[in-house]
Amino acid sequence: MAHKRPKADAVIVGLGWAGSLMANELTEAGLSVVAIERGSWRDTSTDFPTTIDTDELRFARRRELLQPLSVETMTFRNRPDQEALPLRDLNTYQFGWGVGGAGTHWNGMTWRFLPTDFATYSNTVQRYGKGKFVDGLQVQDWGVTYDELEPFYDKFERIAGTSGKAGNIRGQKIDGGNVFEGPRSRDYPLPPLARTQAALLFDQATRDLGYHPFAVPAGNTSGAYTNTLGVKMAPCTYCGYCEFFGCGNWSKSSPQACVLPALMARKNFGVIPDSEVLRVNLTPDKTMATGVTFIDNDGQEWEQPADIVVLSAYQFDNVRLMLLSGVGKPYNRDTGEGVVGRNYAYQTISGASIWLKDQHLNPFIGAGALAQAIDDFNGDNFDHSNYDFIGGGVALIHSTNGRPIGMSSGVPKGTPAWGSEWKQAYRKAYQNFNSIYVMGNSYPHRDVFLDLDPTYRDRHGQPLLRVTFDWNENDKRSGKFMADKSEEIARAMNAETIERAEPTSSPFTPMTNLSSHTTGGACMGADPRTSAVNKYLQSWDVPNTFVCGASAFANNGGYNPTGTVAALTLHAAQAIRDQYLKAPGALVRV
Amino acid sequence: MRRRGFLVSFALLVASAAAAKVRVIWGGMPWTGSVSPPPEPVIADGWKFFTADEAALTEAIADRLIPADDLSIGGKEAGCAVFIDAQLAGAYGKGTYLYLEGPLKQGLPQAGPQFKEGPAARWRKGLASFDRAAKAQVSGKRFVDLSPDAQDAMIRQWEAGTLPMSDVDAKQFFSLVLWNVREGFFSDPIYGGNKDMAGWKMVGFPGALYDFRDYVDKPGQTLDIKPVSFVRKQT
Repeated sequence: MAHKRPKADAVIVGLGWAGSLMANELTEAGLSVVAIERGSWRDTSTDFPTTIDTDELRFARRRELLQPLSVETMTFRNRPDQEALPLRDLNTYQFGWGVGGAGTHWNGMTWRFLPTDFATYSNTVQRYGKGKFVDGLQVQDWGVTYDELEPFYDKFERIAGTSGKAGNIRGQKIDGGNVFEGPRSRDYPLPPLARTQAALLFDQATRDLGYHPFAVPAGNTSGAYTNTLGVKMAPCTYCGYCEFFGCGNWSKSSPQACVLPALMARKNFGVIPDSEVLRVNLTPDKTMATGVTFIDNDGQEWEQPADIVVLSAYQFDNVRLMLLSGVGKPYNRDTGEGVVGRNYAYQTISGASIWLKDQHLNPFIGAGALAQAIDDFNGDNFDHSNYDFIGGGVALIHSTNGRPIGMSSGVPKGTPAWGSEWKQAYRKAYQNFNSIYVMGNSYPHRDVFLDLDPTYRDRHGQPLLRVTFDWNENDKRSGKFMADKSEEIARAMNAETIERAEPTSSPFTPMTNLSSHTTGGACMGADPRTSAVNKYLQSWDVPNTFVCGASAFANNGGYNPTGTVAALTLHAAQAIRDQYLKAPGALVRV
Repeated sequence: MRRRGFLVSFALLVASAAAAKVRVIWGGMPWTGSVSPPPEPVIADGWKFFTADEAALTEAIADRLIPADDLSIGGKEAGCAVFIDAQLAGAYGKGTYLYLEGPLKQGLPQAGPQFKEGPAARWRKGLASFDRAAKAQVSGKRFVDLSPDAQDAMIRQWEAGTLPMSDVDAKQFFSLVLWNVREGFFSDPIYGGNKDMAGWKMVGFPGALYDFRDYVDKPGQTLDIKPVSFVRKQT
């Protein structure tokens, strides 16, 4: 029998970016809000100060800040006719663990998706016709537009202290910024980071090719900044310890550095750490949530009643909690009916490894989002009339993670992996190796989905999530195209050795670290038959439950997801404040 | 929505929490929770996990994976085995981070290695199997007694998966060993390996520094930054 806690106005499940932004908005509106976080309380000065932060073994190899697989993992298979097995060892999926969530250990690339990313279906049909979709592709519009989200992207950049240069302010294109981005109301709050040698070489080469290079918008501060919540951030020191690391210098956009100091000061907010939500509790007719049940570190079960339930766990966990709770109808691949677990998408990765000649790239100088990129082949930024696929991706060169264990495999093929020959090759490669890295669009497919595993369970005895994923035909074609483009850029950079990277040419495995950018499974839309939540991230079936995160993406953009996660969450929060609190119930009627 | 006086409601929340032992953090940024401990220095004063034979075999393997040459000292002198021994004796060795629940089945390679034991148990089993494989070869010698060339030849077979190893997936075990040896050579010396920052000096990595603002206006230049470690003992 669960202990019962006093009712809160809203309960937040998972205190990462989405949870802390939502909690900040709801407490500002006067609601009593309690957040339940599976991991521990974490703060800059206590958990990852600069005195212990610069430790590759501890944080990048042992992943101390990430959620252990013993707490939860997924089972994986490529196809529905295979038996899924659990991911037992470290892999490409990276759950946050503790207050701050994945927003503590991310790199900081803070993108806006392209206007066409939100309307892939209608844009493609209008421009190329329905025949453009390969068989089985489940492309649909998001039910929200870029223009509707623009103020919330802007709001997030001002909270996060994003460094960048606008390429399109109210329709006016600006050289040096991303001229392909949707129109912005104003520039970034901070200028771009300094450029490394790798960024300069990429910039010159892509400019020579006639492309439009720009600095990736960075959640790494190019200068001191006081954000719109009154929280102060310090200038980035270019230490290069971002991905898998917390920032000990208050320089990386994160809930700790940007939101929590303001949020925690509110008397109507509290967080219960080290406690895992097991399920959302529903009324018998399953039309309303009554709160959540969680289990604390002592194994005690608790009920937390609330008028509003916000699921803001990691993308996979939002979907898993919905399936475990019966929020929304599970997707059935055979009938095509049901929505929870549908429209799962990944990131179509491709690129080229490059070894330059006689350079001093000094790879240890960098930042998680210090990168130079081109968007000329992302989304629908180029005419696809003569191609048999949709989408593409951003191609970039990245200066970060220049650490000696992680880079030790960065030697050309044919080099031994050990012995004196490897040592010589690695010593040379350390100053000359980098990659053209492409984050591509990914579109959902009929045969790709998330459901509960029939065999494997977590530490509390609940079923693990089962991931059924392989590259679809569109992924393979766009991946090939972008690998070609990457080789072209590599040649223009006069690389001595170039190795094409086209992971889409073989079955996907999470054991190769390609990207942690998983999306969908509780996707948003205008039609309850094909989406789990409406444009305000409100469950169609349980209207006092809001599901915030990349789980809502109807497809993945050719970018990192966080900027869009934040914009969607702030957009939803505004609707809760302006509309839902006045008249609780469905915000969209169909 | 019904608005309650949240101050009252939160007083209740906190009171109830105190009685029933759920910890609620509220009312500002606390100095609480688990403060991350600094790393524990590893001192080479006897093996913590390895037997003497296992340690000698590990040192011999490390010395071929990272041999002494013009570029650096070898893996044995760098302390790779000391590092691995300490890692295997701790949480890493037990696999507390990994998913070790059953049932154990072998199947789709895309789901990665399937095991129910942590790295320590896999090392123990693997070294024993490797030792047997060495003795089963034509010379009948133990690996530590082979010439460097013969050792290299055996490691190449192991790496390729052609070395007959019972009870063990040779390739998976090789990958575990190779990465643990590299970790020993390149991790902060505080963890027992990378003696005098030999690994860092080999590639030119400046170590545990966290501020490079002095250098951001020198892209592409030779910097020759002297490395530092947590141990702050420069040589």
